[in-house]
Amino acid sequence: MFEPFQYAFLQNALLAGSAVAVVAAVVGYFLILRGLTFAGHALGHIGFAGAAGAVLLQVDPLYGLLAFTLTAAVGIGLLGQEIRERDITIGIIMMLMLGLGLLFLSLYAGYAERAYSILFGTILGISQHDVLVTGLFSLLTLGVLGGLWRPLLFSSVDPEVAKARGVPVRRLRVLFLVLVAITVSVAVQVVGILLIFTLLVGPPATAVRLARTPGRALGLAVTLGLAYTWLGILLAANSPWPASFFIAALSFGVYLPVRLLALGWARRRPAPPALGVKVESEHPVGS
Amino acid sequence: MSPVVELEHVHVQLGGRPILVDISLALDAGAFSVLLGPNGAGKSTLLKLLLGLLPPATGTVRVLGRPPRRGNPAIGYAPQHRELEADLALRARDVVGFGLDGHRWGLGWPSRARTATIDRALEEVGATAFADAPIGQLSGGEQQRLLIAQALLTNPRLLLLDEPLANLDLAYQQEMVRLIAAVCHLRQVTVILVAHDINPLLPVTDCVIYLANGRSAIGPPAAVITSATLSQLYDAPVEVVEALGRVFVVGVET
Repeated sequence: MFEPFQYAFLQNALLAGSAVAVVAAVVGYFLILRGLTFAGHALGHIGFAGAAGAVLLQVDPLYGLLAFTLTAAVGIGLLGQEIRERDITIGIIMMLMLGLGLLFLSLYAGYAERAYSILFGTILGISQHDVLVTGLFSLLTLGVLGGLWRPLLFSSVDPEVAKARGVPVRRLRVLFLVLVAITVSVAVQVVGILLIFTLLVGPPATAVRLARTPGRALGLAVTLGLAYTWLGILLAANSPWPASFFIAALSFGVYLPVRLLALGWARRRPAPPALGVKVESEHPVGS
Repeated sequence: MSPVVELEHVHVQLGGRPILVDISLALDAGAFSVLLGPNGAGKSTLLKLLLGLLPPATGTVRVLGRPPRRGNPAIGYAPQHRELEADLALRARDVVGFGLDGHRWGLGWPSRARTATIDRALEEVGATAFADAPIGQLSGGEQQRLLIAQALLTNPRLLLLDEPLANLDLAYQQEMVRLIAAVCHLRQVTVILVAHDINPLLPVTDCVIYLANGRSAIGPPAAVITSATLSQLYDAPVEVVEALGRVFVVGVET
């Protein structure tokens, strides 16, 4: 029988994976509430340029990731609320960053291997130091999110009333995106840039379709994130296939049936009885 | 008793364009005022002014005897409604709860007192039946009730409602008007309600604020909604016609 916990690399993978799974699920819940999932995805790609630049300069890729994603997060936060316009701008910046990342990697001699690990993650190859850094950043992010919880939720659902009630909506938006940037940066070594969605959006996307309250959605998202990560790591350790693949496949495999079933549940509530005949006026006063 | 809302020679500009020009008004405590006017006349702008979200270019604004400020718990506000999405994992009572402590930092733990306060507000607007329903599954009218309950949670003295009757059919509009009027009468709240059609509101309206061309006409409905006043306001011939117990404004291109 295989004993997963006696191997240091597996322990490291499970610890770092757990930290990332928890923080990504919580951050991802707010990304979904705010309609910012594309920004989360883009931050991963923008981080790619940073990581590749750091590799070229022979420093820890995490520094490059943080530098690029944090800058981009503040920029996106200041762009404002208008989703369509914002997403186009984000997409164009993301494109430039992907180009830059490619350039940096081609300038770096040891091309293929480093690029592969940034793009797809190297969960089974991370050190104790990585675990510590990941854990610290995750705790920090969770702590700040806990402090921001109520106004962040309020301004995610109804920014206009929140603003009128004195919530610093704009500053909260920038601060939240900074937290997304940190989460994306630490998640990269677990699932890689291309699969950031699997932990950031997969679990909470499933959870909001099943749970009815924010607390329960969050609990479910964290549980799912942890389950995908642990299963993915354990399956990868026993097979030639990479952990990121298993995590992504599990995330999709659970989301799909929930999505299809939830369509049926949404229709279950009967329509309220009509109150009266609808009468249209020709020229109401004031219009 | 000093007026709840007082505007003196207020001018507001947005992007260099004058929106409100020299508006003066005073609203007494407990009055039910309806804010009318064509699109872009500055109805929502006027509400933002009172909420402290927008400064006047010139003139003075006083709300409850003081300059407006953001986060004033004495003002309840329900903005122009947009349909909330289906999958937010929020129940009706969660949305109402934002009005109580959504602006406070931290996680906020559930308490019996909090639940009771929210339950009372839900009951006041007739939303008890769907208190635990997911917000995305509620109709526009049901969601509107929740926004009003949310706005009432701080026990405001002034309630600002931006188009609460929009997208409701006539019967539901009348029910909503009855509800708002009853709640506000009971609580002695001063109301400013933005609307497009005065008809469902006529039985409860004390005062009409009619905005057009940056100018305003203020007074009881019978004094403001007349051919003479509106023709002057629009600077064009306007006819007010009464038919089947309802009033219509004819000749206004909006």
